Amino acid sequence: MTVTTFDPMHVPTEAQSSPNFLESAHGIKSWIFTLDHKRIGIMYLWSILLSFLFGGIAALLVRLELLTPQKTIMTADQYNQMFTLHGGIMVFLFIIPSIPASLGNFVLPIMLGAKDVAFPRLNLLSYYFWLTGAALILTAICTGGIDTGWTFYTPYSTRTATSVIWMGLGVFVLGFSSIFTGLNFITTIHKLRAPGMSWFRMPLFLWSIYATALIQILATPVLAITLLLLVVERAFGLGIFDPKLGGDPVLFQHFFWFYSHPAVYIMILPGMAIVSELVATFSRRPIFAYKSVAYSSVALAVLGFLVWGHHMFVAGTSEFSTVLFSALTFLVAIPSGVKLFNWLATLYKGSISFESPMLYALAFIFLFTIGGLTGIFLGTLSIDVHLHDTYFVVAHFHYVMMGGTIFAFVGGLHYWWPKMFGRMYNELAAKIAFAFVFVGFNVTFFTQFILGSRGMPRRYYNYPPQFQTLHIISTVGSWIIATGFIMMAIYFLRSLRHGKKAPDNPWGGLTLEWHTHSPPITENFHNTPIITHGAYDYEHPDAKAFILQTQGKI
Amino acid sequence: MNSEATFFMPPAISTYAGDVDQAYYWIYYLSVFLFVAMVGAMFYFVIKYRRKNSLEIPSGPQHSTVLELTWTILPFFLVMAIFLLGFKGYLKMAIAPSNATEIHVTGRQWSWLFTYGNGVESTDQVLHVPKDHPIKMIMTSEDVIHSFYVPAFRIKHDLIPGQYSSLWFEAKEVGKFDLFCAEYCGTSHSNMLGKIEVMEPKAFETWLEHEHEEQNKAVAPEVLGQRLYTKFACVTCHTTDGSPRVGPSFKGAYGRTEKFTDGTSGVVNDNYIRESILQPQAKIVAGFQPVMPTFQGQLKDSDITALIAFIKSVK
Repeated sequence: MTVTTFDPMHVPTEAQSSPNFLESAHGIKSWIFTLDHKRIGIMYLWSILLSFLFGGIAALLVRLELLTPQKTIMTADQYNQMFTLHGGIMVFLFIIPSIPASLGNFVLPIMLGAKDVAFPRLNLLSYYFWLTGAALILTAICTGGIDTGWTFYTPYSTRTATSVIWMGLGVFVLGFSSIFTGLNFITTIHKLRAPGMSWFRMPLFLWSIYATALIQILATPVLAITLLLLVVERAFGLGIFDPKLGGDPVLFQHFFWFYSHPAVYIMILPGMAIVSELVATFSRRPIFAYKSVAYSSVALAVLGFLVWGHHMFVAGTSEFSTVLFSALTFLVAIPSGVKLFNWLATLYKGSISFESPMLYALAFIFLFTIGGLTGIFLGTLSIDVHLHDTYFVVAHFHYVMMGGTIFAFVGGLHYWWPKMFGRMYNELAAKIAFAFVFVGFNVTFFTQFILGSRGMPRRYYNYPPQFQTLHIISTVGSWIIATGFIMMAIYFLRSLRHGKKAPDNPWGGLTLEWHTHSPPITENFHNTPIITHGAYDYEHPDAKAFILQTQGKI
Repeated sequence: MNSEATFFMPPAISTYAGDVDQAYYWIYYLSVFLFVAMVGAMFYFVIKYRRKNSLEIPSGPQHSTVLELTWTILPFFLVMAIFLLGFKGYLKMAIAPSNATEIHVTGRQWSWLFTYGNGVESTDQVLHVPKDHPIKMIMTSEDVIHSFYVPAFRIKHDLIPGQYSSLWFEAKEVGKFDLFCAEYCGTSHSNMLGKIEVMEPKAFETWLEHEHEEQNKAVAPEVLGQRLYTKFACVTCHTTDGSPRVGPSFKGAYGRTEKFTDGTSGVVNDNYIRESILQPQAKIVAGFQPVMPTFQGQLKDSDITALIAFIKSVK
């Protein structure tokens, strides 16, 4: 027997009684050797959330130190290590794997109507590479820490006495974890789509994750090689980047940003992936201009490879390449704008509800608009000369990375939490926590645009007293954000025991994950779904009945 | 052109600062407009089309070729116009006038050294320049990458070891302005601060000649030592008032018995100071980190003797 879409999964009683994936097996072995993409996704989820906690604590300590222009709580060396840890943990251990490896791993095969990813063993291996990378980074922290900044600029990184080799190896191994995830997702999307699911019937989440995966497998090897060269230079004195050994320090920057700029899209595209899902579900509308949103993801992935030079406008590259990179950088604004306009147009004539996931999606639009527009300042050559390496840049990328990716991730977590764990969290608490995080975020980071424009350089332990008022405001903002996240941790953890049981489709979504149980069974579906229409076909005559039935209201 | 600080920008002192600010505020007002329009539309839609009953399934347009083309093509022209604006401003910064006076700057952990055309070297982390005359800075670094950043001039460029880079500016007003190192360079990155003193051209000439005379005069070793102390910015890490910074204070240091990090102890005498300047990692005073760069090759023997005399004199 087959199911067509909009036949909810109410199948024969004996099948219904088959346990969900959380209860199908017990004990530690059933987790650490699991090949189930859902369990791997959940292991990733707890791991990256733990990383987020550590990176967040480092951020709070950095902000606390900046409360006063001189020493507040730590020495200059400790401060330099702290902002390096914050950046390194947040970028490599948290944001890059966050959405694809945790939420993506969980929902991608289900959205496709598949039983699992194409290479389940590679998927598990990817997780163990992540763990190994994390262990190496922990080793670096325990053997002297690291004070190069997350960017490892040479020749400082060649000469500092801190644990660059361990850290470099850690990030190298993490890179493989990322490559494996990307490889798996590309193959899965090509080969395991359910019957009838053409490319243009896929949820937009998958388009963005697909574009992300392309960057993961094409760009990450460059970072891996670069860091390996750095390790070799430090360990064996082979001159590659250090001019004392005959190397070229600017070459390192080219190599580093050739990966790390595309990596910005590894981070933001999955955020956009989630926002498309949230906007569609909570407006009960198909995403406006589906195809242009899908293509804009691919366009961002391609353009992402052509703009790395904008990190080096004042680094001594030729004026010609500077001008060229500036022009190319502006092109990024176009697909980013297309997405924003299409999300706004989706809201038009929708039926919009304001559950917590949607609040994060709307906040994403708000914050990403600011993040994008301030990118225009930085792409403008004459202005970038002044703003480069100031707090303006810090504020800009936090608006994109945190206001964009992390807000989307948290929105996605609220959206799929009932699906993953079968429990609802306290919606009122979620709304209050959202308010704290949103307000705190703007207090913390908007002030930094002003700081940067006025000339406050980044990575400063001490600073001239004229900047103190704005620093105090920013630090207070960081405490407001922390309050929000602490509340969030409490209501999420509480929901696991005390939460109301979640219906199959609490939000009235139409993509395939809402067709199966909460939590899903190990095989995801009792029968292979057959897809007969687009991902967000709310106007389909059966859609309403489907929503009512799966929300548990009939 | 108004040189006063505005809400977002510091005072605009260089000749091209006004152009930068103009571009900045142009984009700023455009951004505010776009932000209000987009977020305004978002709020309008979410309020107007909020769900009124849980059963409703709305219907509406799913795409519009005209709209899609508009918001793809229009932004293209807009951003290209902004690109040209920035390009124009950048050209002005990138090409130094041919009559510019060259001054060399060397960055090192964690100080600035300015060398003028007549051989005068800065001794106090202050760059003196004349008003209304273009100055071209020829820059390099002795160790890691630094960046020469003067917010009031809206100029910044990296100093790269093993390479020369340059930038130019012309100051329109006299005064003292902040010089920051903008590229992270280690422990005392945030103390790698200098000043730029813009002087009336006459006053600048007098100053430069006076410095030239002074620097060629024979002086007592402790006076030369004091000069080297500020010239190489030892002060960034070593105070003379007894307060410890990154390194121990020089106050009363000479003749004291210090415990070292390896458990041994020793007297701070001429040989210890010499060793600490040339091989800073050899004996670290307990409680401090081994972060001092070596000055091997940068100081002559007579300089080291002078520094020892200076440290001796700080009681």
